[in-house]
Amino acid sequence: MQALARFFSMVGANTIDRIWRLGFAARFFIGMLSHSGETFRRPRLLVRELYVSGVLSLIIILVSGLFVGLVLGLQGYDTLQRYGSSEALGILVALSLVRELGPVVAGLLFASRAGSSMTAEVGLMKATEQLTAMDMMAVNPLARIMAPRFWGGVLSMPLLAALFTAAGIFGGWLIGVVFIGVDEGAFWAQMQANVNFRDDVLNGIIKSAVFGVAVSLIAVFEGFDAVPTAEGVSRAITRTVVTSALAILALDFVLTSFMFRGL
Amino acid sequence: MNRKVMDFWVGVFVVISFAAVLFLALKVSNFSASSFASTYEITAKFDNIGGLKVRGPVKSAGVVVGRVADIRFDPQTYEANVVLKIESQYQFPKDTFASILTSGLLGEQYIGLDAGGDDRMIPAGGAVAKTQSAIVLEKLISQFLFNKASEGKKDADAQ
Amino acid sequence: MPTPYVEINGLDFAYGERQILSGISMRLPKGKLTAIMGGSGCGKTTLLRLMGGQIQPTRGSLKVAGQEVSQLNERDLYQMRRRMGMLFQFGALFTDLSVYDNVAFPLREHTKLPESAIRDLVLLKLEAVGLRGASNLMPAELSGGMARRVALARSVALDPELILFDEPFTGLDPISLSIIATLIRRLTDALGATAVMVTHDVHESLAVVDYVYFMSAGRVVGSGTPDEIKVSADPYVYQFVHAQPDGPVHFHYPAVSLDEDLLAGAA
Repeated sequence: MQALARFFSMVGANTIDRIWRLGFAARFFIGMLSHSGETFRRPRLLVRELYVSGVLSLIIILVSGLFVGLVLGLQGYDTLQRYGSSEALGILVALSLVRELGPVVAGLLFASRAGSSMTAEVGLMKATEQLTAMDMMAVNPLARIMAPRFWGGVLSMPLLAALFTAAGIFGGWLIGVVFIGVDEGAFWAQMQANVNFRDDVLNGIIKSAVFGVAVSLIAVFEGFDAVPTAEGVSRAITRTVVTSALAILALDFVLTSFMFRGL
Repeated sequence: MNRKVMDFWVGVFVVISFAAVLFLALKVSNFSASSFASTYEITAKFDNIGGLKVRGPVKSAGVVVGRVADIRFDPQTYEANVVLKIESQYQFPKDTFASILTSGLLGEQYIGLDAGGDDRMIPAGGAVAKTQSAIVLEKLISQFLFNKASEGKKDADAQ
Repeated sequence: MPTPYVEINGLDFAYGERQILSGISMRLPKGKLTAIMGGSGCGKTTLLRLMGGQIQPTRGSLKVAGQEVSQLNERDLYQMRRRMGMLFQFGALFTDLSVYDNVAFPLREHTKLPESAIRDLVLLKLEAVGLRGASNLMPAELSGGMARRVALARSVALDPELILFDEPFTGLDPISLSIIATLIRRLTDALGATAVMVTHDVHESLAVVDYVYFMSAGRVVGSGTPDEIKVSADPYVYQFVHAQPDGPVHFHYPAVSLDEDLLAGAA
C-alpha cells in the first residue's frame, strides 16, 4: 500500500517537475526571441552559426540523402514491378522524400549533428562560467550566444532538408534509371505530373522549418539549463538528441494530419 | 576560424540550397506559370459527382484548364454544386457541356468541358448549363442486368 | 565618515530551505582592498554573486555606490555592471577568442572606440599583467596562472570602480601566487577602485589587503585589519590563521559517540 502511494507521489512529482521545466523553457524561448534583434543587426554572429549548423552538416546530409534515395529506389522498384507499375518509381521516390523523409530524416540528422554541438557549446560555456562572465560584463548571453545559435539552426534546417530531398531524388534516379533501367522519360514525367508544388514541396518546406525551430530551441535550452559539470553537459547533449527526435516525430504526425488530410 | 573561409562556405551552402529548392520546384514538381495564373470561378450542378475531389483537374480536350475549387451540397435541389476555377485565359461558350469523366479505367475523376458553339461566353460567377453526372459503376451494372433480364423476358414473350 | 562604496546590512540569503547567509553586515570603503575569508561552504562566493546582482537576497540590503542592487531593472543592472569588473576562479576566458580578443571584448561591446584605440588599450592592459607578448595565443594554450592574468586584464579593461575577485589564488604555483597578489594590489591602487577578494589563502591575502572579514556558516564571525587579525584571540580567526585542525570549525563530522557506533555494529 505504501509502495503504491510512493509510486503515485513520484509520478506526481515528476509530472509537476516536467510542467515546471516546460514553463521555464517557454519563458526562455520568449526571452530569447525578444533579444533576437542583435542577431540580425550583427550578421557576423549569424554567419558563424550558419557555418557551424549548416555547412558542417552538409556532408552527412548529402551522403545520407543519397543513400536514402538509393534504398528507396531499390525497394520501390522491387515492389512496384510486381504490379507492372515500375514507371511510378519517380512518383514514389519524390513524394516519399518531399513530403516525409526529407524533412524528418534531415531533421533527425540535424538534431544529432548540429543540435548536439549547440548543446555542447552552450553547456560547456555554462560549466566554465563563461556565460556568467559575459553576464557580469553586462553583455546578455541570451542575445549574444543563444539567439544567434537558435536562428542559425532555424535558417539552416529548411535548406538542409531541401538538399537532402534533392540528393535523395538523385539517388533514386541513379538506381532506377541508370542502373535498373526504368524509362527516364516516364520517371520524370510521372513525377512532375503528380508532385504538386504548393501541396507537396511547400508543405515539406514548412515542415522542415517547424522542425528547425523545435530542434534549435531544444538544443539551446538544454545547453542553457545543463548542470554545470562535465557529466551534466554530456547528459544535456543526450537529452537534446532524444527530445528532438521525439518532438520531430510528434510534430510530423500533427503537421501531416493537417496538411495531407483528404488528398 | 578564418572569416573569409567561413563566409565563402556559408555562401556556397546558401547557393546550393537554393539550387536544390529550384530543382524541387521545377524538375520535380509541376510548378509552372499556371500555378500563379489568374482565375475566374464558374459553377456547375450535378446529380452525382461520383469520386470527384476538390483540387481535381478540369480539362478540355484533355488539357488541364483549371481546378475544382469547392464541392457543396444544395439542400434545396438535392444536387451537388461544384465550383470550378478556370484560368482567365480560357473562356468557354454558354452552351458548354460539363461532364465527370474518369482517367483511364479506374483512375481519378475529373471534369471534362466540351465547348459548344455559342458566341457568348460564360461570365465569371456564371453557371454551366448542361452537365452530365458521373457514371456510377453499381448503377451501370444493375442497368446492364436489368436490360439483360428484360431482353430475356422479351424473347420469352416473343416465343 | 564617507559613505562606503559597498554597504551591506542584515543580509539574508536562502536557497530553498537552506539558509546560506544570515544577518551579514559589512562596509567596504572606497578605494580599499577587502578580503572575505572563510572555510569552504561558508557562503562567501554567494556574497560575491549578490554584489554582482546575479542573485537576489531574501532579506536585507546590499547597496553598491548607493544603489540597492536587488531593486535594479535589467538595463540599470547592466549599466552598473559596466562599472564593475569580475575575476572568476579559473579565469572564464572565452575559449573561442584569442587572448587579445578576450581583453578587447568589453571594449568592443561597450565603447564605440575605433580599433586602433582599442588596440592600444588592450596592449596596455596586457602589458600591466606582463602578457603583452601572448596576445595571439588561444586560452587553451595558456597555463593556469597565465589564464588568470589575462582574465585579470579583461576584468579591468573598462577601468571599473568595483572589482570582485573570486578565489584568485586557487590552484596556482608559488610564483604565480605572488604575481597575482601583487598585480591585484597594484591594479586596484592604480585605478583607485574598491576591490573585494573572496579567498581562503591566508598568507598571500594578509600581505596585500587593507581589511578582512571572516565568515563561517553564513555569518560574519570576525573582522579587522591584517595586523589585528594576525594577533586576534577570537577562536574562529585564530583557528583559521593558524591552520589548526580543530576549533570552532570541528574536525569531526557530527555523529554519535565512537563507543555507541562500535557497539551498534557488534550487536
